[in-house]
Amino acid sequence: MIKTVQKYNAIMTGNEAVAIGAKLARVRFISAYPITPQTTIVEKLAEMVANRELDSRYVEVESEHSAMAAVMASELTGARSYTATSSHGLLYMHEMLHWVAGQRLPVVMSVVNRAIGPPWNIWSDQTDTMNQKDTGWLQVYCESNQEALDTILMGYKIAENRDVLLPLMTMEDAFVLSHTSEPVNVPEQKAVDDFLPELDLSFRIDVENPMGYGSYSTPDGPFMELKKDMSDSMDKARKAIKKVTAEFAASMERDYSGLLEEFMMEDAEYAIIASGTLASSGKYVVQRMREKGHKVGLIRIRFFRPFPSEEIRNATKGLKALGVMDRSMSFGTGGNTYLEVSSSLYGQGYTPIYGFTAGLGGRDVKIEDFEEMFRVMENKEPGRYWINVRGAD
Amino acid sequence: MSVELTEMPFSIPKQELMEPGNTACHGCGATLSMRYVLKAMGKNTVVSVPASCWAVIPGAMPNRTLDVPMVYTPFAATGASISGLREALDLQGKEDYNVVGFAGDGGTSDIGLQSLSGAMERGHNVFYIMYDNEGYMNTGVQRSGSTPYGAVTTTTPLGKDRNYKKQPKKVVADLMIAQKVPYVATATVAYPEDLVRKIGNAKRINGPKFIQILSPCPTGWYYSPEKTVEVSRLAVQSHMFPLYEYINGTFKLSKPPQPIEVRKYLAAQSRFSHLNDAEIEEIQSYVDKRWAELQKMERGSGQPTPG
Repeated sequence: MIKTVQKYNAIMTGNEAVAIGAKLARVRFISAYPITPQTTIVEKLAEMVANRELDSRYVEVESEHSAMAAVMASELTGARSYTATSSHGLLYMHEMLHWVAGQRLPVVMSVVNRAIGPPWNIWSDQTDTMNQKDTGWLQVYCESNQEALDTILMGYKIAENRDVLLPLMTMEDAFVLSHTSEPVNVPEQKAVDDFLPELDLSFRIDVENPMGYGSYSTPDGPFMELKKDMSDSMDKARKAIKKVTAEFAASMERDYSGLLEEFMMEDAEYAIIASGTLASSGKYVVQRMREKGHKVGLIRIRFFRPFPSEEIRNATKGLKALGVMDRSMSFGTGGNTYLEVSSSLYGQGYTPIYGFTAGLGGRDVKIEDFEEMFRVMENKEPGRYWINVRGAD
Repeated sequence: MSVELTEMPFSIPKQELMEPGNTACHGCGATLSMRYVLKAMGKNTVVSVPASCWAVIPGAMPNRTLDVPMVYTPFAATGASISGLREALDLQGKEDYNVVGFAGDGGTSDIGLQSLSGAMERGHNVFYIMYDNEGYMNTGVQRSGSTPYGAVTTTTPLGKDRNYKKQPKKVVADLMIAQKVPYVATATVAYPEDLVRKIGNAKRINGPKFIQILSPCPTGWYYSPEKTVEVSRLAVQSHMFPLYEYINGTFKLSKPPQPIEVRKYLAAQSRFSHLNDAEIEEIQSYVDKRWAELQKMERGSGQPTPG
């Protein structure tokens, strides 16, 4: 469970929290393109730059592809760089995401999770970021505005770790966090500066030491070795994440406990894995069911990349059944988290796994929907189930 | 301005920023373009190159043929890449770096046009060099927006229907003038002094600069590699590729002293060898019409020049 010393000093939306996180991280370059519901993040940052509260260049470009291309170029000069997007904008960036990761640039980006059309839909859904899981970016799903702010600060420190040097995207749910005000503790700039030193990119652009950044490689060249190194770095990131979250807990008194959060998992017989704000709703239901004597628990995935396979194996030992919630669908197979969890538990003894597709396009996942999931786990065969959808069996 | 093409002193800097050894085709016009551009720019230069011949010419990692940092970027991203480089370098007090996008005609007139237009509109202090070999040459000679009317490419094959390119060349430099980019010029490798001088003029402008360099391609235009400079010169003499310079609203057209018919330019390359007399006449009349328009533009630009 996340341990927090509650010393709130502000009330703000998720988007404001994220913008303040970027400011506290002293980002030097910001490039973005407007998209709902991300827009208020970059509006806020533009305002800070205009008021000289933030010593940074703000460049509003003509597309998200260009936003990420500009950020790649600026980061190569050694300037800590930032962007934010959502939904279709993130998909439009897809090519550039591979490039930023492949160039080993520790960029941090905020993504407001929003559905992908058609039909047009601006509400919460994780399809946008699930489509980016293979790009070489670390991915963190947040469940509160506080976590959204803190993850920017931890994010740069993790990404810039010399064993990692990979970009990181941090996610918040559309509207539920992005446009909803919550109490937040905004850290002092001095505390952030002590926690997060300036970026020192060893391979930055220098005319005295000219290099090629991203030239081609043949099948016999270092292409495959470079990809293996990215994969190894993603594995090493697990250690860096634990180290950085521990350092953050020591200086800011908020402990995010590494890659995932276990909630009431001691002696649990049935558990649900969820991420984002659905996990918050799930925690509420688990608490209610516990009060009635049900041995239930919840695992909240924070990091989807690197995937917390080992942590999930440890947390699910001895369960009678495990439900995995997905707010996205890989058509023709199953929910993305369901697939990853199933693969993580393969060969680890038999835990029946239930995949639950819920909340697509921002549909509410209510108390009775969670109760339904626990009922399915007790009474039905393991497999894939749609929750609260018309036309289901 | 015919004086510029005949009486220029030798003005090309001796400094070489392109090392011997690269993987370009024999007679590559784009390689000459890069060499002259870097001579004019000097050592304090960062070049950003999208997918194009120049993504391949420096050779496989870790080789590089340029003595300046080279930032490779995806196809559509050159304009954005130089925007990010410029702003982030300025922020760090490196205003003396020249930031140069160096993109082919496909990467400029087609997939990169949005990014180019955005970068120019935002007014960054950058150079965008379009090396124009009139097609997707690196991928095997496909048609681009910059391919001229009449050319055969692998995607406009002659076939039974005489399916050569039926649309006139999209001239990106003209679009840049329409967008009122502070500095716009065309150049080509047969006139290196003119090219170097234009970059010198461009350097004096703190803002976006766009230069389109016709870079003949023996591989895709089907002529013998030693003829690159000759073909480049014929393009200017025939008015197929007019050389001009547009500085903050003032337009100057270079008038070649010995104009020739387009027939002579077309005959030098096999990509036009299928054209019959009527088709050649059509090209001639299109070229004459455009030349008249450019002369009119020069007269209307406020500062008419002799020539």
